[in-house]
Formats: sequence, structure tokens, C-alpha cells
Amino acid sequence: MTSGDQRGPSDERGPVTTLATPIRLDYVFSAGIAQSRNLRGLAEGKFVGQRCGVCHKVYVPSRGSCPVDGVATDDVVELANTGTVTTYCVVNVPFAGQSIEIPYICAMVLLDGADISFMGLIQEIPTDEVRMGLRVEAVWVDPEDLGPTMASVKYFRPTGDPDADYETYKDYT
Amino acid sequence: MSERVAVIGAGQTHHKAKRDDVSIAGLVREAALRALEDAGVGWKEIDAVVIGKAPDMFEGVMMPELYLAPALGAVGKPIFRVHTAGSVGGSTALVAAHLVSSGIHQRVLSVAFEKQSDSDAMWALSVPQPFSAPLLAGAGGYFAPHIRAYMRRSGAPRDIGMKVAVKDRLQALKNPYAHLHLPDISLQMVEESIMLWDPLHYLEACPSSDGAAAMVLGSDKAASEAQAATGRRPAWVHGMAMRSEPTMFAGRDQINPQAGRDCAKDVYAQAGVSDPRSEFDCAEVYVPFSWYEPMWLENLGFCAEGDGWKLTEEGATALDGGDIPWNCSGGVLSSNPIGASGMLRFLEVALQVRGEAGEHQVDGARLALGQAYGGGSQFFAMWVLGSERP
Repeated sequence: MTSGDQRGPSDERGPVTTLATPIRLDYVFSAGIAQSRNLRGLAEGKFVGQRCGVCHKVYVPSRGSCPVDGVATDDVVELANTGTVTTYCVVNVPFAGQSIEIPYICAMVLLDGADISFMGLIQEIPTDEVRMGLRVEAVWVDPEDLGPTMASVKYFRPTGDPDADYETYKDYT
Repeated sequence: MSERVAVIGAGQTHHKAKRDDVSIAGLVREAALRALEDAGVGWKEIDAVVIGKAPDMFEGVMMPELYLAPALGAVGKPIFRVHTAGSVGGSTALVAAHLVSSGIHQRVLSVAFEKQSDSDAMWALSVPQPFSAPLLAGAGGYFAPHIRAYMRRSGAPRDIGMKVAVKDRLQALKNPYAHLHLPDISLQMVEESIMLWDPLHYLEACPSSDGAAAMVLGSDKAASEAQAATGRRPAWVHGMAMRSEPTMFAGRDQINPQAGRDCAKDVYAQAGVSDPRSEFDCAEVYVPFSWYEPMWLENLGFCAEGDGWKLTEEGATALDGGDIPWNCSGGVLSSNPIGASGMLRFLEVALQVRGEAGEHQVDGARLALGQAYGGGSQFFAMWVLGSERP
């Protein structure tokens, strides 16, 4: 027995090597109680998080339970519109389905009052001037376009305030 | 671990950008046949098959293990699919080893693969979700911010990642199975390659490969029989461990994840290793983006936290002249059939302790670490292999 060729008689045209078969799938996402709070907040132009009753950490967006303590996070907290870029990268690679023009800044943003960062787009600043510790604020879509989706946040932009001290965000990258 | 377990056969494909001469079934069968041949056994001696690959969305084939069963001689036998994202090749080998160490089976075939040319991994890893902004751009987009945070935390010079990129590609030149063979690789070439995910250059990222890996895991008895039949030594399992942690929680250290540290501690304790840098002869570690070498050097305890980049900088991890060579095969930076990439780490250390790694052999290697990670640095799989029967 060897790792030999076990194919049948060859066809002079050779094998069919590639067959592209696009498939479309539409999903329904059931947000549940916790995510509904967050998504309804977005529809009103504000960030809504939840605090764990055991470790007191504030999660945004919350999935409804604390991943560390395993308890429901029922304490609803409205968060600030401002935050800090804890780290980031400059995306300069095109891919299928991309909705933002490259290059763009994909940053981890820690909202003031939150204990976890989430991904945010940074604009209104040249990509080579973005830095860890940059203070930013959310820019929302026009009021008539607000909806229960992160698409309600157009992007984050610099506030112009001095950068945050590394010690204040280093554990949230 | 109760019964002893050994790698008694290993096989892999020549990893390439596009294997259009074979289907997925042909690809996995090629690696499997080489592993059986190496073990000196046929299909009928295999008791069960354990198969792993990255998520089904990659190639768009739902539950491929079902249609691959005939190609892997698994009809009428148990076949199991393992899912742990990028670490899956390592986890797949461990599940197969567990089926032997538990005394259930004598010989288990483990197989892992990816056919990236049939796939769109960038798309599959970047699907928009209703609760987050559509910013994620593949695995590089996920890991690049954590790399920047590591650079800030450790104060590492900016060229460390480029040094890893060059070192692993030079080592790949000694591995005929490696996908990338770049004889002219240099720091300048890496630096001049496009900045895909700043701070990561194109040549600091893994390629997209078609490929498969397979190993036969055997019991004490199966190992003796294989050695008698083939004259080749088994690679003995001295420890194996898996750990996971949630992708997101407040205070999570994504640069030096707790699950990775715990997994290493467990596997070292089983193998009786207290100082990994001096006790291991080499390691194969999942480094898909250059900076994960210094980051995992710290996570795996080869140095103090913050010092990983110093080992890379002084050449400690190079096959040529280093005291603890990492990724002598060229690593994930040189071949990345995603689902198989973790198994290739596990397989390469088997080759090393059996003395069969060819040109990229570490002289006299007796004890080695294989590591794989996956998801958002949340799944870890490790094993320690030795030339001595434990």
C-alpha cells in the first residue's frame, strides 16, 4: 500500500477543479431580554450596559450574565458617550462583503464607566495619528435613522481631550 | 493518564496554495495513507477515526466528516469530529490519544485538514453581527490590536515580529512539506511588504494553504508491534492537556491568557518539566502572526513575563544556533492549512523525538512541546512527547 494515485482513467480535458456555488442564508436573531435592553438603548442614541452584582463589573453590550461569576446581570447602567481607545489596528486588507473603505481604524473602545472594551471605528483623524489612550466620543446617525443595531453608531471621533493615562486602561486592551 | 500512548505513525501532504488535483477526500486520504504506511498498518488495524477542521463555513461543506468517512476507512467504525477553532488539529490528536490512554482502543487514526483554496476564510471570519460594528477583518484584524498592546506592555523593539517572520521562513527551507519556500527572505523584504493590519506586515502573517496531517496513536502493545514491523521508534506521550476560557470578560488578559498558562502548567506537571527552556530540546508552537512567538514564549513560561522578545532577539529560538529552537518546520507562518495547522505542531514534535525530521532535525532531540491555540486565544491544546517510554 502506498500513497498512490487511485483515480480512474483520465479525460483529456482534465478534472473539473473549481465550481463556484454562492449560497445565501438569512438568519433571524433573537436578542433576548439582556441584549434587547442594549439594542433599545442604541435606538435611543445611548449605550446601555449591565452590572454584575458579585464583581460589580459593567458589561456593554451585555449578554445578560457575568462570564466570571455566572450570575444574571440585572442592574441596568446607562453609560457615557465618551471613552478611550485601549488598542487598535489599521485595516488595509480588502475582503468580500466589506462595508467600510480601507484603510480604516478598528479600535477597542472602553466607554467611561464600562469594564470591557468593544470594537469601534475611529474617524475624523488621520490613521497615523491614532494612538492608544486617545479620548473619543460616539457620533450617532441622524435621529430618524436610529435603530436597535450597532449601525446606529456611525463611528467614534477624538474629543480633543488629553490622552488617558496608560495605567487607567492597560487592563482593558 | 492511565495506559501509555505513543505516536506510531505520522503523515502529511505537501502544503500548497492550491491542490486542485484532489478533492477534500483525496487530500485527507493522502495524509492518512502516509501515516498508516509509517506505522506499518493497514485500514483494518485502525479501531476508530478522530477528525478535525476549522468551522464548516470555511469550505461551505456541512459536517464534512460524514462524507469523508469512506475515504478514511471509517465505515462501520467510530468516527468523531472535534471543533476547537484553530487549535482543532491539536485537540483532535488529544482526543485520539485519550481513546488509547483510556484503554478503549489499540490504534486510533487522527486526521486534520483545510482546503483553503475551496474556502474564503477572510469572509467566514468577518461575518457581520447585529450587536457589533462590521469592523472585523479576518484573524489578523482580531489579533493585531492585541499585538500592539503586547508591544506597549513589553516595550519590545518594533522589528521583533519581522525577525520571527524571517527565522521561520528560513527554517521552512529545510522542510520539503512546507508551503512557503522563500529563499530570498530578509528583514528588508518583510518590512517592504504591504502593511495589512498595522502593526502587521503581509509577510508577518501566515499563508492560506491546502493540506492535511494524520497520525496513528497507539497503545504500548501497538507501539512495540509498529517498531518491530518498521524499525522506527515511537514518540511517547509524556503529558497532554486542554484548556479554554470565554472570549470576553472584564479584566481578561488577551496578551497572556490564563487558559494558556494553566494548560502549560498542567502538561509540564504530567511530564515532570519545571524549566521548559532548558528541559525541552525544541517546541512547535502555533504562531500564525509573527509576534505570537514572543507572546507565547511568555505564556508558556520559557521566560519571565515581558522577556519573550529578548529570546527572539538574541536568536534563542532559531534552529541555527539557538538553545531552544521553535518551529523548526517553518511553523504556521510557512504552512497554514488551518484545521491541520495545530496537528502539524503536534506531528512535527513527534518527528523530532523520533529523529525523523530530516534537514530540520534538532540533533538528539529527546523531549519536545507541541502547542496549538484557537478562537480569540481561548482554546489551548498541548502535548509533551519524548523519545523515552514514560
